Amino acid sequence: MKYAYYPGCSSESSASAYDVTSRTVASALGLEMEEIKDWNCCGATEYFSIDHLPAYSLIARNLALIDPQETPQVVAPCSACYVNLKKTDENMAKYGQLNADVNEALAAGNLSYVPGTVKTRHLLDVIVNDVDPDVMASKVVKPLTGLTLVPYYGCYIGRPEGSFDDVENPQTMDRLLEGLGATVPDYSLKSSCCGGHMTQIGTDVAMGILRRLIDLADRLGADAMVVPCPMCQLNLDVYQSYVNKAFGASYKMPIVYFTQMMGLAFGMDPAELRFEEGVVPVKSMLEKWRTPVSSTKKRKVRDKKALPMPQALPD
Amino acid sequence: MTLDPNSVYAKITSELPGGDKLRTCLQCGMCGGSCPSGEDMDHTPRKLFAMIAAGQDREVLRSNTFWYCVSCYLCTVRCPQEIPITDIMYHLKHQAIEKGLYTTDAVDFSQTFVGLVENYGRAFEFGLATQFYLTHHPLGGLKMGPMALAMMSRGRLNLRPTRIKAIRQLKNILNRAKEIGAGS
Ligand code: SF4
Ligand code: SF4
Repeated sequence: MKYAYYPGCSSESSASAYDVTSRTVASALGLEMEEIKDWNCCGATEYFSIDHLPAYSLIARNLALIDPQETPQVVAPCSACYVNLKKTDENMAKYGQLNADVNEALAAGNLSYVPGTVKTRHLLDVIVNDVDPDVMASKVVKPLTGLTLVPYYGCYIGRPEGSFDDVENPQTMDRLLEGLGATVPDYSLKSSCCGGHMTQIGTDVAMGILRRLIDLADRLGADAMVVPCPMCQLNLDVYQSYVNKAFGASYKMPIVYFTQMMGLAFGMDPAELRFEEGVVPVKSMLEKWRTPVSSTKKRKVRDKKALPMPQALPD
Repeated sequence: MTLDPNSVYAKITSELPGGDKLRTCLQCGMCGGSCPSGEDMDHTPRKLFAMIAAGQDREVLRSNTFWYCVSCYLCTVRCPQEIPITDIMYHLKHQAIEKGLYTTDAVDFSQTFVGLVENYGRAFEFGLATQFYLTHHPLGGLKMGPMALAMMSRGRLNLRPTRIKAIRQLKNILNRAKEIGAGS
């Protein structure tokens, strides 16, 4: 199937690594994605607080630009874009007045949109749920064996209301990374918020939120945190040195996109996967990945002087 | 009881899609207990909703609660009454701006962001950072310097904004939406 693709504004600057690797990985999996022509910003988390009707109309223009006959689904790699597109479509379907108002505004630009005709999907959803598992498995030529990867989903996967994954304990990326050969610990903060725009306007609030996230990943022995959202990546990566400064810590946690890790496992050249765009260096993670894991793990031998373990009585 | 149509309560229940569900709040506290910014807020969302129902509009709009909201939707997915709490937080920001009752940078940030989007059709991170910090935080801008530098050296900050082709069309749509919103 062919999808409409909504790159989102961060694809043009801060998250170009995500955009590039999303397109590469999707085409390797045979997913056809056509960029919406002349798409506009989704307003992120800002426009709704100024005025909700222009905010909905701004988002709806993107949906109106899609021909549902040709591409009945739109894919967004950014979780904030995903939530905004999805919420607009669903609320227009749910609230008649909103639908009428938004369409009246769209008419001023000779556009219209019938709610429900274009389904919004997150890239993570499409990659994990639309690709045949056998095809996926066949692509993994350089598995991520030996790497411990913490899946951090951020708050928008599965919200505001039910979608492809659980609202509090999502599993999609866990399964994906395990399929790529990585060790995936149970990360209890996986759907907590990254602080969103708080890094810009309320730095002290944001620093506490970010530290909690990085610290737990660090204690779980993560070689990297893997994210499906440019906002999460930016906050955790670019502001990590600020967190270190604020708390006298020395975290060096690489923050990578799941598409970059897929590229690695698919045998693509790491140089093409734009890892160097990360502020926290990924060098040690890549080195660890290149070092073969010895298959003869030493078994732990019990200390002879230890007390005997309790045993069940024979019948 | 007749309700002042300009009260915070009336505006939420009449203007916001789904806002009328606020009437069904049980005061259970699930929202406040779930909120990642809860400890920094003057009032939890639950308390704020009680204040709204009691008509304490001035205190409500002067509260920092909604400015500390990071729009994560956790309260919304947990609320037993399916009240669109995050949207109510957005709407309270809107009401506070409308009445000029705010004491926060968040407004400047949002307005700078929206201003750029209305003129270009795309967000422009570099323009946002420079405009926001130069006009509001010359010193904060300096503190943010290392971050901007780190991003720029990695090619992650575009120095030139992209303008969509149909910017006229977008402006017409947004202007019409504003008119409808204003009740014309
Ligand atoms: S969770 Fe819902 S019902 Fe409970 S206090 Fe908050 S808004 Fe009210
Ligand atoms: S959406 Fe806002 S109010 Fe609700 S839990 Fe998240 S930060 Fe708190």
